[in-house]
Amino acid sequence: MMPLALDIAIAAVALAMLLCAFRLFRGPEVTDRLLALDTLYINVVALVVLLGIRQQTELLFEAALIVAMLGFVSTVALARYLTRGDVIE
Amino acid sequence: MDTLHPLVEALISLMLLIGALFMLVGAIGLVRFGDFFMRLHAPTKATTLGVGGVLIAAMVHSWAGGRFGVPELLITLFLFITAPVSANLMAKAALHLKVPSKAGRPAGIDDGAQTQDKQG
Amino acid sequence: MATGTIQPKRWLAHPFMSAIIAASWLLLQQSLAVPQLITATVLALVLPRVLAGFLGPQVKVSSWATVVRFAGIVLWDIVVSNITVAKIVLNPAREPQPAWVPVPLDLRHPNGIALLATVITTTPGTVSCVIDEDRHEILVHALDCSDPAAMAQDIKNRYERPLREIFE
Repeated sequence: MMPLALDIAIAAVALAMLLCAFRLFRGPEVTDRLLALDTLYINVVALVVLLGIRQQTELLFEAALIVAMLGFVSTVALARYLTRGDVIE
Repeated sequence: MDTLHPLVEALISLMLLIGALFMLVGAIGLVRFGDFFMRLHAPTKATTLGVGGVLIAAMVHSWAGGRFGVPELLITLFLFITAPVSANLMAKAALHLKVPSKAGRPAGIDDGAQTQDKQG
Repeated sequence: MATGTIQPKRWLAHPFMSAIIAASWLLLQQSLAVPQLITATVLALVLPRVLAGFLGPQVKVSSWATVVRFAGIVLWDIVVSNITVAKIVLNPAREPQPAWVPVPLDLRHPNGIALLATVITTTPGTVSCVIDEDRHEILVHALDCSDPAAMAQDIKNRYERPLREIFE
């Protein structure tokens, strides 16, 4: 039962990532693309965690933690760049 | 891990499906809604119940395997703390760039950069 | 370790934060070996001191019962409003009515205001966009809202009142 649920979940998250990619390419505003990137990295965190359950390894969870941290920092940096034209004065 | 108790397995499967469903709903909202500020609601949903459900499943799975599930817990906490911050920053960026909103432009916001400057 | 009482920067000014830092380091390493204990102690002592300028004064929580009740309310609201928003998203016939909701604040503690903004964003359907500390107002964007005044009152009753009990 659990392998089936895992497969369904991975498929659903992959579909969600495709939808985010659609919004990423479509725009129309630059903030929409930023928002799509933000959602995309959250989806990647979920996908890596799902793969970690599937492959029975603890290592991928720590990879997901790093993805989460890098994603947050890049979203903040891009949002600041859009607001002020500068990341660090 | 060899075999899990059927009830534990059912719980993990349920949480996985709930989490995946909400991630998908968040992405559908991102594509479907008409303006930026409405789309902004999508990632906050995806993180709260979506990632929350997937990570609860991962944690239960770890406990059932005799491990503690610490990285999962830290990811959950991290995402719960950071998602509102990034949503707020993106909203400020959008207000500053005067991104059109269906709800009209909020009263009293002349320049998003000024409010930003006080905190930065 | 504390060399004097008049020092502006004190060691262990945030004992709760130090404990959290040490605990999460040890949990990440999943070991209680001596080198890890030493690293955890050093991190717990140094990080809050280095970050002292960003942290502000220590928060004194007046009522832990309210904290627990508030956490319960927020978790429950996250689940309920997630389902509400999912219904809006998945129903193609339903066109939501977005609105800007200015929420006037009585809460004055900066950490309390930050927590209130976080809670508003975490419960789906509302995102706090601008926190105006001069006019004491949070500008909230609501996904589906026909009565902004009622929603502002609802946020004040449901989240701000317990936060005032906790922080003031």
